[in-house]
Amino acid sequence: MSWFCDVELGPPIEVFALTKQCTEDTFEQKVNLGVGAYRTNEGKPWVLPVVRAAEKALANDETLNKEYLPVLGIDAFSSAATRMLLGEESPALVENRAFGVQTLSGTGALRVGAEFLARNLGKTVFYYSSPTWENHKLVFKNGGFLEGREYRYWSEKTRGLDIDGFLEDLRNAPEGAVIILHACAHNPTGCDPTEEQWRQIAEVVKERKLFPFFDSAYQGFASGDLIKDAATVRYFVQQGFELFCAQSFAKNFGLYNERVGNLTVVLNNAELVAPVKSQITLVIRGMYSNPPSHGARIVSYVLSNPDLYNQWRDNIRTMSSRIIEMRKKLREALEVLGTPGDWTHITNQIGMFSYTGLNEIQSLHMVKKHHVYMLRSGRISMCGLTPSNVDYVAKAIYETLTTLS
Amino acid sequence: MSFFSEVKTHSIDVFELFMRFHRDTHENKLNLAIGVAYRDDSGLPWTLPVVRTAEQTVAEDENLDNEYLPVLGLEEFTTAATRWLLGSDSIAVVEKRAFGVQSISGANALRLGAEFLSQVLGKTVFYYSNPTWRSHELLFKNGGMAEARQYRYWSEKTKNLDFDGLLEDLESAPRGSVVILHACAQNPTGCDPTEDQWRRIAGVMREKGLFPFFDTALQGFASGDLVRDAFAVRLFERMGFELFCAQSFSKNLGLYNERVGNLVVVLNDPKLVDPVKSQFTLIVRGMYSNPPSHGARIASYILNNTNLYDKWQDNVLTMFTRMKEMRGSLRGALEQLGAPGDWSLITRQVGMACDTGLTESQCEVLIERHHIYVLKSGRFNICAVTSANVDLIAKAIYDVFTS
Repeated sequence: MSWFCDVELGPPIEVFALTKQCTEDTFEQKVNLGVGAYRTNEGKPWVLPVVRAAEKALANDETLNKEYLPVLGIDAFSSAATRMLLGEESPALVENRAFGVQTLSGTGALRVGAEFLARNLGKTVFYYSSPTWENHKLVFKNGGFLEGREYRYWSEKTRGLDIDGFLEDLRNAPEGAVIILHACAHNPTGCDPTEEQWRQIAEVVKERKLFPFFDSAYQGFASGDLIKDAATVRYFVQQGFELFCAQSFAKNFGLYNERVGNLTVVLNNAELVAPVKSQITLVIRGMYSNPPSHGARIVSYVLSNPDLYNQWRDNIRTMSSRIIEMRKKLREALEVLGTPGDWTHITNQIGMFSYTGLNEIQSLHMVKKHHVYMLRSGRISMCGLTPSNVDYVAKAIYETLTTLS
Repeated sequence: MSFFSEVKTHSIDVFELFMRFHRDTHENKLNLAIGVAYRDDSGLPWTLPVVRTAEQTVAEDENLDNEYLPVLGLEEFTTAATRWLLGSDSIAVVEKRAFGVQSISGANALRLGAEFLSQVLGKTVFYYSNPTWRSHELLFKNGGMAEARQYRYWSEKTKNLDFDGLLEDLESAPRGSVVILHACAQNPTGCDPTEDQWRRIAGVMREKGLFPFFDTALQGFASGDLVRDAFAVRLFERMGFELFCAQSFSKNLGLYNERVGNLVVVLNDPKLVDPVKSQFTLIVRGMYSNPPSHGARIASYILNNTNLYDKWQDNVLTMFTRMKEMRGSLRGALEQLGAPGDWSLITRQVGMACDTGLTESQCEVLIERHHIYVLKSGRFNICAVTSANVDLIAKAIYDVFTS
């Protein structure tokens, strides 16, 4: 007899199952367009030169020790991260009512934030976009929220934002509900609201007294410009909102496996900082005590060194330019082939991911017949495209759409 | 108006003690409540030489990248850590029904395990020793375990294990209760059951159908021997228990801030491994997606390399020996001063925990008069004692005791 005999096999996480399948596939021309991790033009992972430089410097620094970090993390790191997001002159920073908490990458920031909101503010309802990153629901549910609801986002028909549906769903949201917003480079659609649309969204959020929880996984990575990619969050702060923002340094620093993240907290009263920090401290102590040092030290080192910071900005531009280039190439290739449909959305969308518009059957066909690994939702990761495989992928999409319309 | 206006400040007494120490301007102030961390004889943190070696090698390996680890962690690390804890001849290992889940050090291993036990197995009752590490209750409660109960452990009267009380409390525990057991160097009493007592504890737990959840944060610090300190966990495993064990490499590898941990899971049927792993995968995914690489790579490197492993054992012995010497010196100094009472407890305790024997108000005097900071329980970390300060500390304790 076992305590565990009734444990059910849980559903596999699609994106990992896909990568596993792809790894085991012996087909020579296979292409992995699943996981959102940057690849070079040669299809290889890229450890940023500034990261290698920082790592070597840190390994040789005999003054550094392994002492526990504070529960809320390396202060130099979280201050720099919050400043990077909000901008040095942000009213929230000037007025000492914003701070950062080092977390286990973006996921960890979402979880700590969600757990705080549920435990300490008694929040029960959260909203997520339809579609959204597949892990949002699990994180908030496990963080203690009772009810997840969708707000309309992606329009199949227009292959763009369903802004009317979006606003309507927010207008019907209960007061105080938490709403997950993608700061930029929406995952999985790559489709962001325009500035004007963000203004409308902010108005409804204010009207309905909803609590904005931003997910910022791609600052700098989306447009190549750190400030541009933070514009929406900054706008909300300027409008006087209190908000959370989960920041990830996985993509923009290529530090995927060191779990570097920051939860930026913006309050509207500096006196609330101490109590809020103390409660977040408890949430973290009850989860993992204190965060890992290595990755945060690297980021902190780079952000505080003007030379390395500039090199980093170059590295980000390299990555985002390559992605933008691949978007162009894919769209061109599809149009040249006369692939049915309108492919402007490929270059209109931003960030790593693109919602191609392929349906589930078509997406599965891409995997099975062409060994092009993509999600059933039609999402592809631009990072997996290279100059040497983009034509193959375009042809595969062409064949799929003409065979299985 | 703010969403946050009702949020209350939670004060943590250890932190407040530290802030008080920080503000103290006295020249010879001494903080002995330094948490559970090793210090060398100069009172400084010590990065293990074997860790520096491993770290430099890792930093120079251009083949390594920063791609996401699997959700359950770096396999070469979890396999090695699990095998090392249970012994490679462990039946559970041989029968492929034991595995590890990489965690954010021991604290998070406890949280992951608690979350699994409550969310997946529907368990509600958990027991922890009186006293125990201050975070046990919080980690389990936040992990969803609804009902916390204590089992007797420390007897103030005998300054020893209250074994009868312990057994009695376990005997009356409801079937299926989870019991948190300190594998060795119990924190904060430094007092472990003997091998025979462990056998009896195991017997009661088997009879009553209780689930053992070991916390092994100080493996190597109880006896100085990394393997010997695994006795209790191995005993339970050999006796056929299913169990969890939260392993921490914070102290024994000195990797505190890299958060290196492993939750060892022992099942009694290899067919259950996949479903159980899949549920842990969801728990991790919903918490932080996948674990940090750096510390686990270092630990893996050391665990999988015989040379480095032997050096590690040496480094642990260095720490253990110094702590043992300081216990001896402190006890000796107190006895020489003629401090009233029995000071044998100081050398009987294992691990980092050390008892001054002072009451709460006496501790306050120790702080006020001598600027020597200990927890109000009278306990402190022996690692904070050095050859340079041991006499000063003994005199201060003697003074407070006799005045």
